[in-house]
Amino acid sequence: MLKWAQTNLNRRRLLGGGIATIGASAICTSSAPAQDTHAHHGDATPGVDAAIPAHRSAHGAMMTVGAVDNERNGFDPTAMLTDWYTGVVSELPDGRKERSFEITVEEKEIEIAPGVMFPAWTYNGRVPGPALRATEGDRLKITLKNNGSHPHSLHFHGIHSARMDGVPGAGVIDPGEEFVYEFDAKPFGCHLYHCHALPLTRHLHKGMYGLFVIDPDPARHLEYADVAQSRLLGSPENAQWQEMAMVMNAFDTNFDGENEFYACNTIAHCYAKEPIKIDRNRPVRIYLVNITEFDPINSFHLHANFFDYYDQGTTLTPTLKTVDLIMQCQAQRGILEFTFKEHEPGLYMFHAHQSEFTELGWMGMFDVSETLS
Amino acid sequence: MMNEPVNSRRSNVAVPSRLFWLLIPAAVLALAIVWLLQANPLQSFNNGAPPVENLTIERTILDHNGLQLLVRAGGSEPMTIAQVQVDDAYWEFEQTPQGTIARGDTAWISLPFPWVLGETHRVNFVTNTGATFEHEIAVAVPSSAVTSASLWSQAILGAFVGILPVAIGLMCYPALRGAGPGLMAFLLAMTVGLLAFLLVDTMVEALEFAERSAAMFQGSVMVMLVAVASFLVLMSIGRRHGTPTGLALATYIALGIGLHNFGEGLAIGAAFTAGAAGLGTFLVLGFTLHNITEGIGIAAPLLKTTPKLESFVGLTLLAGGPAVFGIWIGSLAYAPQWTAIALAIGAGAIAQVIVEVSALIVRSRNLGAAALLTPSTFGGLAAGTAFMYVTAMLVKI
Repeated sequence: MLKWAQTNLNRRRLLGGGIATIGASAICTSSAPAQDTHAHHGDATPGVDAAIPAHRSAHGAMMTVGAVDNERNGFDPTAMLTDWYTGVVSELPDGRKERSFEITVEEKEIEIAPGVMFPAWTYNGRVPGPALRATEGDRLKITLKNNGSHPHSLHFHGIHSARMDGVPGAGVIDPGEEFVYEFDAKPFGCHLYHCHALPLTRHLHKGMYGLFVIDPDPARHLEYADVAQSRLLGSPENAQWQEMAMVMNAFDTNFDGENEFYACNTIAHCYAKEPIKIDRNRPVRIYLVNITEFDPINSFHLHANFFDYYDQGTTLTPTLKTVDLIMQCQAQRGILEFTFKEHEPGLYMFHAHQSEFTELGWMGMFDVSETLS
Repeated sequence: MMNEPVNSRRSNVAVPSRLFWLLIPAAVLALAIVWLLQANPLQSFNNGAPPVENLTIERTILDHNGLQLLVRAGGSEPMTIAQVQVDDAYWEFEQTPQGTIARGDTAWISLPFPWVLGETHRVNFVTNTGATFEHEIAVAVPSSAVTSASLWSQAILGAFVGILPVAIGLMCYPALRGAGPGLMAFLLAMTVGLLAFLLVDTMVEALEFAERSAAMFQGSVMVMLVAVASFLVLMSIGRRHGTPTGLALATYIALGIGLHNFGEGLAIGAAFTAGAAGLGTFLVLGFTLHNITEGIGIAAPLLKTTPKLESFVGLTLLAGGPAVFGIWIGSLAYAPQWTAIALAIGAGAIAQVIVEVSALIVRSRNLGAAALLTPSTFGGLAAGTAFMYVTAMLVKI
């Protein structure tokens, strides 16, 4: 008898109701100031500074609660931005450089959002895996050790032989085994690597991916030697830039084929709660890759500014000039270059421009200031 | 009964020594617990799987502070609510009390969420293991605050769906006074028919609420046990002085209908609190019409007696009044298991009255069980259920 009084009501039918709607609009209009007072209450929660945190000014109470224990995770998203793994360099008889990398597969519970643990599969204990960086023409030797309980591999987006492809039958190794991937670093650009054991979906969304950046060799690109020089890690020209490694990823914590958390570098809202410090006098370069599973695309939008974009990073002139939004399908990547030179200091937001991703964690801030001490 | 003297004699002799024997099973149980905790022999079953988690949302309050939800944990281990989404966005929330929620315990979760009147919102709780529990607020409307005005309007609603129809039904009494045995049997059978409809309807509703309550309450078993217990208790009370007839039987019918109305009142009040109820005048009138037969049913056993006017007032309040109390209580404190229990008690009471009214029909015609198959009885049964079914169409959505 009670169906009329219960759920499953079409909301249109509500319009006929008298009692319920009286005064409701008055209550709703008062909910905005109520939020402000709540925001101040929130300051008293542990782990939040006494002053109003920077992210609140932009997003108020729409935010994950608490802080992630970076120490327990063994990686810090802010440190990860500039943590390049350049390997151990030695000289080959022909005068070329050889770079050796060591990567170990490890199963590990990581905290991907405050209080939420995810049973990840990691490279070197971190998600995303180490951001590998080499120079065009280097001989690369990457040793993979599988300490996990499933077969795994390293599949590089680059140019190499079939034997080194990291697919089943060519470099997918069982637990306890070891494999050495050997090839030349080419073409230069912003690339990635990931596990190519099957099923691919599970291995990707469990955390097995990372950046693989090959800097251009200025000697091979004389017409754009200065551009190449600025991208070459270790050069004085490169030191002028503020470079960052960013991986757009997401986590399906209840394994229903839809992501519960979206982020840039794993931790939901990490750069919203701890904005990235930017010196406004130096240009910014972001190596960005999208590895989000289950959703067809991801995107990067910069507030109050525009950037030049180098799709896949394989050119020395921009493939898109003066844009404030780019889209990437899974495994698509590129280089973003911009500057805040003409801007006044302050907090500049960046996020995916799929609102759902933003509101589920993929949102951050650049804290632009005059000079960084 | 036969063994009683033997037992009492033996127990008089040996109570202390018999109690002594209880120590042995108690000691075995204690040893088993100690061994289980110390040696952990079931370790091999620990396969690394995460604990089983379960979260039931028992109350939802929407007001100018945002959303407040009462959740009950029902996992194999204490649970931690790590984050809360509303419509696919994370919102800061406060939990009272803070920390993990032990199995069977409840906590309030409050979010400063600017909900939109008349629209649907989905709240999704993410635990520390990443499991999610979704709760839909089908239609967001402000939960009724407790004011004298709201209590008054709820009382009026309760009177319309509970008291008024019973009163109107009872007013048919003078017209039915001179009923012959055929009409009498018809009316009593009609009462059985409408009660049978209510019994099925109440049980279905009780089971639906049981389904929504936390798993640890074992909803459907609970509903069955409560309904049977309520039936047996009322049967034994009713038959203390023989089979009830006349005013006594009318009182039991009124009590059964009253308990049923109480359960329905709880559900209506809860629906207000959950922000899901929209009431149209047409629906309320349909409900009034639907319940008029209840009054005729109460009047039927009185036709051969001469009750006082106060009796009619009392019967009306007994049958209809609980709807008002139900709405009040349901809108103030609500959890699905309480509504399930109230409805189950009502179902037991209705079953009792069905038995008693049937017994009256059988007795009054001196035909034995065949009395239930005469045309007038059969017609009454059919008329009662059909009327209830057809008028229910007015209020089913």
